Amino acid sequence: MPDLSINFCGVRSPNPFWLASGPPTNTAYQVMRAFDAGWGGAVWKTIGEPIVNTASRYGSIDLKNERMMGLNNIELISDRPIEVNLREISEVKKRFPNHTVIASLMVESRRETWHEIVRRTEDSGADMLELNFGCPHGMSERGMGAAVGQVPEYTTMITHWVKEVARTPVIVKLTPNVTDVAHMAAAARAGGADAISLVNTFNSLVGVDLDSYAPRPAVAGLGSHGGYCGPAVKPIALHMVSAVAKHPKVQIPISGIGGIANWRDAVEFMLLGATSVQVCTAAMHYGFRIVRDMIDGLENYLEEKGMNSAMDLVGKSVPRIEDWGNLDLNYKIVAKIDEGKCIGCNLCYIACEDGAHQCIRVEERPRGDLRHGVDLKHVPHILEDECVGCNLCALVCPVPGCITMAQVDTGRSPMSWKQLQEARGKSPQCSAEQLLAGARRTARSND
Amino acid sequence: MFKDPAPRLSPEQLEKNFADINPPLTPAQALEEASRCLFCHDAPCMKACPTEIDVPQFIRQILTGNMRGSARTILSANILGHSCARVCPTSVLCEGACVLNAEGKKPVEIGKLQRYAVDPVIAGGAQLFRPAVANGYKVALIGGGPASLSCAVELRKRGYETVIFDANPLAGGLNTYGIAAYKMRLADVQKEIAMVRAMGVEIRSNTSVGRDVTIAQLEREFDAIFLGIGLGATDDLHIPGEELEGCRDAISFIEETKSRDFADVQIAKRIAVIGGGNTAIDVVTAARRLGAAEVYMVYRRGPAEMSAFEYEYELARKDMVLFWWQAMPVRIVDDGHGRVAALECVRTERAAADARGRASFAAVPGTEFRLNVGMVVKALGQKRKTDFLQQIARLELKNGCIIVDAASMRTSNPKYFAGGDCVNGGGEVVDAVAHGKKASAGIHQALEVEKGRRAHAGSQH
Repeated sequence: MPDLSINFCGVRSPNPFWLASGPPTNTAYQVMRAFDAGWGGAVWKTIGEPIVNTASRYGSIDLKNERMMGLNNIELISDRPIEVNLREISEVKKRFPNHTVIASLMVESRRETWHEIVRRTEDSGADMLELNFGCPHGMSERGMGAAVGQVPEYTTMITHWVKEVARTPVIVKLTPNVTDVAHMAAAARAGGADAISLVNTFNSLVGVDLDSYAPRPAVAGLGSHGGYCGPAVKPIALHMVSAVAKHPKVQIPISGIGGIANWRDAVEFMLLGATSVQVCTAAMHYGFRIVRDMIDGLENYLEEKGMNSAMDLVGKSVPRIEDWGNLDLNYKIVAKIDEGKCIGCNLCYIACEDGAHQCIRVEERPRGDLRHGVDLKHVPHILEDECVGCNLCALVCPVPGCITMAQVDTGRSPMSWKQLQEARGKSPQCSAEQLLAGARRTARSND
Repeated sequence: MFKDPAPRLSPEQLEKNFADINPPLTPAQALEEASRCLFCHDAPCMKACPTEIDVPQFIRQILTGNMRGSARTILSANILGHSCARVCPTSVLCEGACVLNAEGKKPVEIGKLQRYAVDPVIAGGAQLFRPAVANGYKVALIGGGPASLSCAVELRKRGYETVIFDANPLAGGLNTYGIAAYKMRLADVQKEIAMVRAMGVEIRSNTSVGRDVTIAQLEREFDAIFLGIGLGATDDLHIPGEELEGCRDAISFIEETKSRDFADVQIAKRIAVIGGGNTAIDVVTAARRLGAAEVYMVYRRGPAEMSAFEYEYELARKDMVLFWWQAMPVRIVDDGHGRVAALECVRTERAAADARGRASFAAVPGTEFRLNVGMVVKALGQKRKTDFLQQIARLELKNGCIIVDAASMRTSNPKYFAGGDCVNGGGEVVDAVAHGKKASAGIHQALEVEKGRRAHAGSQH
């Protein structure tokens, strides 16, 4: 049986599945239910000066009849007194000493205030601290959350304050609402962060009611931008996690967050550098029980892959994330349609014709019906010489395995853009410095 | 009336028995079903629809909440989209062509979604189309069934004045009088016809051409005439006893179930229905639902040869109809008071194939048997209205059906166009609608060409 436990900054967790700071980790009751269900850890709903919430807090988008592909919230941090939260953390740790309890913190940007909350929290028995520099709504208007995470100097400074007194590992939770999240991770690292967690939610406005003209969610007819999460954000989060994992000035453990709903999502985040993963929206949608299949699925996966430990996954795919300029321009694939599997929907045809490179042909369907024995199935065919190997047809095809992308031997040895430019005697890349130099030259010549 | 009448069921029980067999989708069901549509390009469902409804488009419009647009997509291609949603044999048309079938999945329930899209428009009486400015031409349409209704609406969209002459009290033809009550009620059809009238189509009901108005009059007053007269009563059995009280034809029987209260339709306790088509199924299921204890379906051939659709056969089986395959009627027995007492039949056996390649079945002497029934319903093919059609000059017929040019639906008499059952010998509502559409284009083409010629001739003077 593979070992699912992880070592995160020296803290052992029964498995990499943690609940992210949010509504599911608001109370000891919830966190204990979650641990009973199988979650390995929980990041407590952010503790700080209690706030007052609005009614009407969430909005979501559906995809056809699939509910909540993306969830938006304007809820703030904990509305319960600090001492109540800390007392409950102690209770949970007493009942679940081997589970990981992380206290998420957010207070005003004063050194003494941070020192005080860190000391009090550590006294409660929390295993780690997570600094919420990510909340993009409400709290940021008060100079906290994303207001900190969007300024690298603040991030470094406050992390440093915390590290001055912290005895437990400090995780800095980043906002994705920045130009380069890895830069912010480096800033946190510079302040002494022991780990990074990302991503917090994305600035979002989930929709507008076409009849009342009010945004969703609306509070008495008005709305405010919120934070977006759920399955819809997963690809963006994956990229951000990988960018942080690759950044040479970070190189500390990562807790991955963003649209994780099952073991597959979790494995992807781990392969791209996350040691643990945090889940919120899926638990809000389906409850804590989803962790059972996450545990089971991960176990089976590790066993199938012959791995002994979940830790073996961490960062395995990171070396495979490369600059575009290092990709092989001579690698060629073309689409193949399995005529036996094709159901004749022609979606590949119209996608290629209107949205790609006009490499698929199909005859117009005849008119007629089954009563007259008319065969209405028409299989498109790929013009392989024209096919650029973009995958679009395979992506739109509704039948699993019907369109595959097959490698074609071009007879040419691998050649990347960088190599090509070097062979041409040109610079393969334009650095930020060169870009600025070019801008300066242009400005001068315009004078 | 009958030797042994069926006991009367309560009105509540009758309503329950004839309740909609395809209840409408709820919004949640419709959304889920619509989500299954792949939005195929050059979609086969559209190609398989005789009226070429843009199915992927109307389903997408349901998904986006554009309900008015969805209904317009349907009704612009098929003004009787409301009826067709309920009565089309979708399994051999759009749904049979759905690509999901090829993957072993259930096809998208296009018929139900169509109903979901159209029902609110019909119920709310929204007017989605407007007639064009009058172009000065007048077209008469004989018969008030689907073919004429469709043709008239399409002509109104082009500015023609249209008058439908219908012998029945209510327009709609078989849509009104011939569809099993559990599929569509007469009132539903009348709402649909209200939409046709709102397009400015004049319908003269209770007006029989040849009796109330002459063919010559129509030819004088109208620029073109569309024949949508359908077919007549069912064929006779040509056996002794056919004239007895309690022996009747299927069409008028179904008509009775549609135009009266169910409780007022008289039936016998035991009934035999002769035939193997969809009309025979309508009769046996109606008879069972009205309370007949035993209903026999007597068919000369076997189940494989039956022309009824599979799902229709299934309906009859669920209604516990008793099937006498390979049996043909020989004689209807008199109870001594001029009423049906029994049906005498003989078993048949497979013989050489007939001219159409269909296996023929011949009586086997000595295998006679008797069904003690008080009512016999003839549900064979329908008679052609040749007596009427022969009054029209130069109108060529084949097997009693009007010969038309397939593209324009023009008959051999250039003033006349035709469509529906009187052309194809008995088809679906959707076929009649498609004929009407084609004929409207044919009429327009003919009159426009004529107008062009006249204008040309005028300019030369």
